[in-house]
Amino acid sequence: MGKMTMVEAINMAHAWEMAQDPSVVVLGEDVGANGGVFRATAGLQQRFGKARVQDTPLAEGLIAGAAIGMAAEGLKPVAEIQFMGFIYPALDQIASHMARLRNRTRGRLTCPLVLRMPHGGGIHAPEHHSESLEALLCHHPGLRVVCPSSPARAYGLLLAAIREPDPVIFLEPVRLYRFARQEVDDDGRALPIGSCFVLRAGSDLTVVTWGAMTVDCLKAAEQMAAEGVSCEIIDLSTLAPIDFDTLLDSVVKTGRLLIVHEAVRTAGLGAEIAAIVAEQALYDLEAPIRRVTGYDTIMPLYRLEHDFIPGVARILDGIRATLAD
Amino acid sequence: MSSGKVVAGFEIHYRGCLASDGTLCGPLPAFASDPELLRQLYRAMVRARVFDTKAVNLQRTGKLGTYPSCLGHEATHVGVGSAMRAEDVLFTVYREIGTKFWRGVEMLDVLLYWGGDERGTNYRRTPQDFPFCVPIASQMPQAAGAALAIQIRGEPRCVLVFIGDGGTSQGAFYEALNMAGAKQLPLVCVIVNNRWAISVPVSVQTAAQTLAQKAIAAGIPAVQVDGNDVLIVRDTVAAALERARGGGGPSVIEALTYRLSDHTTSDDATRYRSAAEVEAAQRIEPNIRMRAFLESRGLWNDEAEAALRRECGEAVDAAVKQYLATPKQSTDTMFDYLYAQLPPGLRAQREDARHYSALKT
Repeated sequence: MGKMTMVEAINMAHAWEMAQDPSVVVLGEDVGANGGVFRATAGLQQRFGKARVQDTPLAEGLIAGAAIGMAAEGLKPVAEIQFMGFIYPALDQIASHMARLRNRTRGRLTCPLVLRMPHGGGIHAPEHHSESLEALLCHHPGLRVVCPSSPARAYGLLLAAIREPDPVIFLEPVRLYRFARQEVDDDGRALPIGSCFVLRAGSDLTVVTWGAMTVDCLKAAEQMAAEGVSCEIIDLSTLAPIDFDTLLDSVVKTGRLLIVHEAVRTAGLGAEIAAIVAEQALYDLEAPIRRVTGYDTIMPLYRLEHDFIPGVARILDGIRATLAD
Repeated sequence: MSSGKVVAGFEIHYRGCLASDGTLCGPLPAFASDPELLRQLYRAMVRARVFDTKAVNLQRTGKLGTYPSCLGHEATHVGVGSAMRAEDVLFTVYREIGTKFWRGVEMLDVLLYWGGDERGTNYRRTPQDFPFCVPIASQMPQAAGAALAIQIRGEPRCVLVFIGDGGTSQGAFYEALNMAGAKQLPLVCVIVNNRWAISVPVSVQTAAQTLAQKAIAAGIPAVQVDGNDVLIVRDTVAAALERARGGGGPSVIEALTYRLSDHTTSDDATRYRSAAEVEAAQRIEPNIRMRAFLESRGLWNDEAEAALRRECGEAVDAAVKQYLATPKQSTDTMFDYLYAQLPPGLRAQREDARHYSALKT
């Protein structure tokens, strides 16, 4: 089909599924004529009409709540939250209802919907536009949280997310929206939710990461390879529920684990991964588990954002320290 | 503030037809010519109350969890239920058993829910209806979303959403009404103004003269009705639903009633309101006036009342018996409804819960 950016692939996945399934509807702020502030929904309203691509009032809690009502009524809403920093007003709907509807009605009402939003920083955005808040969502059983790391994975995982019978929070790394072009076939083929992707096989150390940090981890692995070190890079991809089998297999093989995420460290998803690996594979480890993460600070305004986001240098140091132990 | 020309204004009208003694204080709705329907409305009000009394007693004797009584709300709840069509969608708060019963939810379901069992949300006759909603006003955006789905598909159905007086202070209330107005959704919102949000009276909640007028800002027509008058509630809600069904857009109806009970069985309302106020409210409660109205028309008498009480008592007793005989769910059910398919990582926790549960028995 041709080379495209992640945001174009996301757009293409919307269009594919809307053409196949008349119950798929898009809603959110500025998703119509404007095509979304990142253009993820560009052209969809022109092609599928205003009934299926709805501009909503400016209220995140309303968008999340309305999507629940629409899903329970048999539509498949794909709702956009403009930036992850604005997710807080929607958390009541997500936690109190979206994640729980199937359970609290013993399966009578369900919530097949996708709540998409940009994730993370690195694009010189204003305050509140660069947050990595996946841990807030992963703490709620009943949700699936997915974070793609390439145009092709964004396409395949978004298709899977729309086809899921349960709510999926779909985190789109803003830094990767237009970072690189990749060949993506518009073939409607979904990728599995609930599975990690091994982006680079290796034998000396396992690096677990997701979203935009995968790019930096792959760069670091490339440099380490020049030094004769073989890093296995695992893209977690589905942040909840986590595919621990793939992770544990890798750690058992390499004996060393580095976790890399952009979000703040304390109570971050890395802590959960470290705990599970310690519980289930401690005796296979040859070194302490390490984390390279955002600092436990407020996400700074953009002049300092690349000092907050772990870069290749910090990842390399993390790898070297883990190998040296 | 007062200079400049007037660019907007509003009026809120009040409707009522049954006075507190059952005499008429306004024109009767057309449906009042159907005596069986009138009796049916009254029966449903009594049924809700008999159930409610029993539920409170069950809680007091340790056989039911915390329970929010509907005492005093029967006219509003039954009036709404009777105005809806089976295919409409109902979103309630947590007190509206009169509406739920009318729509076919069983007494057993309500007992199971407040008795700590999720199976009580399995509404077999109206599987599209939402379960009770505890986080205040959070049902509102969902109701607007359901109405949007109905509008997108062009179906002749409506959504009815309840909210309390306290709920109208929440952002979600305004957000949902705002969208309902902007998109002209088939949504009818009934504000049950029972004067008290636990211990906070409406006068502390808002400086607005009425709660109905909160809809005006969203461009939605609104009316205030006597919520203790089942006839006016049914008539007003039915008209609003009909309008919405025909593409006429949303409405807001504020039903004035009074919470005669404590907020829930965990509350003690004597801490914050006077006995005199409650006594005054008891004199205008809904069931007495509906019975007086029926009797004045020769549609009801003491024998009918005794038969109804007997029948309701038997139905409640049968439901309670069934409820008390229902074994608790297996611990598997904590896991089995989280997702369509259990994620593999949760299997070990499900086994763990099974194991410890087995040790207890």
